[in-house]
Amino acid sequence: MEVIRVGMADLKVAQHPAILTTLGLGSCVGIVLYDIKRKIVGMAHIMLPSSKIASANTNRAKFADTGITDLLEGMIRLGARREDIIAKIAGGAQMFTFSSTTDTMKIGARNSEATKVMLKLLNIPLVSEDTGGNHGRTIEISSEDGKLMVKTIGYGIKYI
Amino acid sequence: MTGIGSNNINSFQMDVLREIGNIGAGNAATALAKMLDKKIDMSVPITRVMKFSEVSDVLGGAETKVVGILLGMQGDIQGHILFVLTIPSAKLLVNFLMGRESDHMFDFDEMACSALKEIGNILAASYLGALSTLTNLKIMPNVPGLAIDMAGAIISVPAIEFSKNSDSVLYIENEFTYGSESVIGDFFLVPDQDSYYKLLEALGVV
Repeated sequence: MEVIRVGMADLKVAQHPAILTTLGLGSCVGIVLYDIKRKIVGMAHIMLPSSKIASANTNRAKFADTGITDLLEGMIRLGARREDIIAKIAGGAQMFTFSSTTDTMKIGARNSEATKVMLKLLNIPLVSEDTGGNHGRTIEISSEDGKLMVKTIGYGIKYI
Repeated sequence: MTGIGSNNINSFQMDVLREIGNIGAGNAATALAKMLDKKIDMSVPITRVMKFSEVSDVLGGAETKVVGILLGMQGDIQGHILFVLTIPSAKLLVNFLMGRESDHMFDFDEMACSALKEIGNILAASYLGALSTLTNLKIMPNVPGLAIDMAGAIISVPAIEFSKNSDSVLYIENEFTYGSESVIGDFFLVPDQDSYYKLLEALGVV
């Protein structure tokens, strides 16, 4: 099966059968949407919580607010139905720890938080998550069962 | 002041930044040579402005395990600098620092980690020292943080900072060599939004 790679500040949607993956999530957040009936799948890799605070906001996939909106629209364009879509998220780590933690360092937690707020706003149920901590994650979802694989260095592999 | 990002760096500014990279890395190589009491050579750094989608392909791919040493910048310029070393390069540097054979095997225990932080300190101090002299700005590094993890996850830290005002990242790759041994490291200078402008202004290129 074809594996579709989603880059940083990027999003992709696909019909069944497909595998979507994004590599090395740190403080960024990976969001997957899955239509459980039609097996349509989508993935976004966002870097910042809000498009409203950045001066460079032409790439909508970079932000939680605009990225998730576009991801949902892309799913619907492929035939997905809103009421059958669920969400799973991973990432939002704090890669470096300092005694004096600045705003820049807390960006992971802010990204996770903004992602959850946006999902709630769009009425998409968040069924599982693997966020926070201080390690990187690679995620992969198969349209077959909507299971999200989370791969790490030193913390093993799990399915959420 | 908005919109100043590595997106709209012109080729002249790019040359200036490359030269900063060169001088900074030269200083760092000298500092490294002194610390290790070895003759260290340095190749001309490769400076590139990369799109986010390309970022994770450096250093052998997004999932490759690497060492990241992150330091804050204080003074007239705020922001961060990040050194990313491949695992063999990091081990070689630690072995040099500890006065061991270059192929000595070890795990990244507390001792090795503090040695790496010290290397980060020295590299950052000499790099920023060169930048301070050049710009007449007061720039000091503060306490380093260390992470050993996926390259993509570590590079996401400066990438996110750049992403606030740009769609690309300024990236400098250095290669230090000692005899037949070579240490390859990447360097990201990540000034905060306002500091970036200040830096270019102090260099007289805006």
